[in-house]
Amino acid sequence: MIDPLRPHAVYHDYHPRWLRRRVSTYWWLERWPYVKFILREISSVFVAWFVLYLILLLRAMNRNAVAYQEFLDWSTRPWVLLLNVISAFFIVFHSITWLNLAPKAMVVHAPGGRRVPPTVIALSNYAALVVASVLVAWLLLGG
Amino acid sequence: MADRIVMEVARYRPEDTNEVTFQQFEVPCPKDWVVLDGLNYVKDQLDGTLSYRWSCRMGVCGSCGMTVNGEPKLTCATFLSDYGAGPIRIEPLKNFPIVRDLVVEIGDFMRKLVSVKPWIIRDEEKPVAQGEYLQTPAELDEYKQYSMCINCMLCYSACPIYGLEPGFIGPAAIALAQRYNLDSRDHGSEERMDILSHHEGIWGCTFVGECTEVCPKHVDPAGAIQRYKLSASLAWLKSFVAPRGAEQEEEEEAQEEETKEAAS
Repeated sequence: MIDPLRPHAVYHDYHPRWLRRRVSTYWWLERWPYVKFILREISSVFVAWFVLYLILLLRAMNRNAVAYQEFLDWSTRPWVLLLNVISAFFIVFHSITWLNLAPKAMVVHAPGGRRVPPTVIALSNYAALVVASVLVAWLLLGG
Repeated sequence: MADRIVMEVARYRPEDTNEVTFQQFEVPCPKDWVVLDGLNYVKDQLDGTLSYRWSCRMGVCGSCGMTVNGEPKLTCATFLSDYGAGPIRIEPLKNFPIVRDLVVEIGDFMRKLVSVKPWIIRDEEKPVAQGEYLQTPAELDEYKQYSMCINCMLCYSACPIYGLEPGFIGPAAIALAQRYNLDSRDHGSEERMDILSHHEGIWGCTFVGECTEVCPKHVDPAGAIQRYKLSASLAWLKSFVAPRGAEQEEEEEAQEEETKEAAS
């Protein structure tokens, strides 16, 4: 329906047209928390890369000493090193953000019904991470 | 501190234009003035055609949510003096169709709120003569946080998923469902799970977490959704691993609750 006095106006049957704005493709650049969210999502690609890298390492170890040495040589190539350094950064970022978010999903009640504070849940997750890391380091470095 | 500040206010007048334009107004900036006071000054003194919603002026009604310098805010709780010399840009809430100037269309939100059945659902109502459904302070604490929502829609405005996929039920509605699920008097969690446990329900959320950050009432909708995901996954796992066991457990729980109620 066009109003001859207001040619720009577009009316629906019962009200003037609502303006629906499209979300920009670059919406995630609009605010820092959105950028952080996208970085967290992207970090899963690097987690997948580390899993693949570990599988390749195990495969080489399983074959023979030559294959293992070849894998180590391949790992020292600049692009592999760079990729692993970037991956390490993203994996630390992924772990920290994941552990910080854990108390959001977990509501734990202590015996007697009292709710365990979120910081205690997060800290216990960090403690578990430290224990697991120490255990792995001990196994690898001289256990 | 400046005694006046420039407000850049978004205008959309559907009878004249098909896009948002910005109009500047200079308003006084006393220490105790909030953005809403500035808008009221514009409306009363400078341009009576400006349209926006407001009501209580004390962070209770949830009407005056707008985008202030890119952030979803309640304009009655956002001080002009916090923005220094300005200018301060006021836009309608994002992710909603604009009706006029700073007024957005909220029908979709209202429909979604109702869709999660936000009321107490009982398997069986007890006779009025038996009195109220009693609740301990600890039971109240389980859901109280989620009952503080004022439906201001700031969480929908901050949620990029709702902007990208308008079918997503959204933070406030899911938090409201959780408010009733966690209520000791309610038996409707399974009914709500049917509505929420699909792609446009809890699984649509990718945990950006901004809904919680912008919430003026500290409701934590992001937390509610993640808790919902966890309980949905556990329920699925339970039914998958021990389908009969899960049923029996539910029956036992129901019986236990009935006994408790009869005793009280």
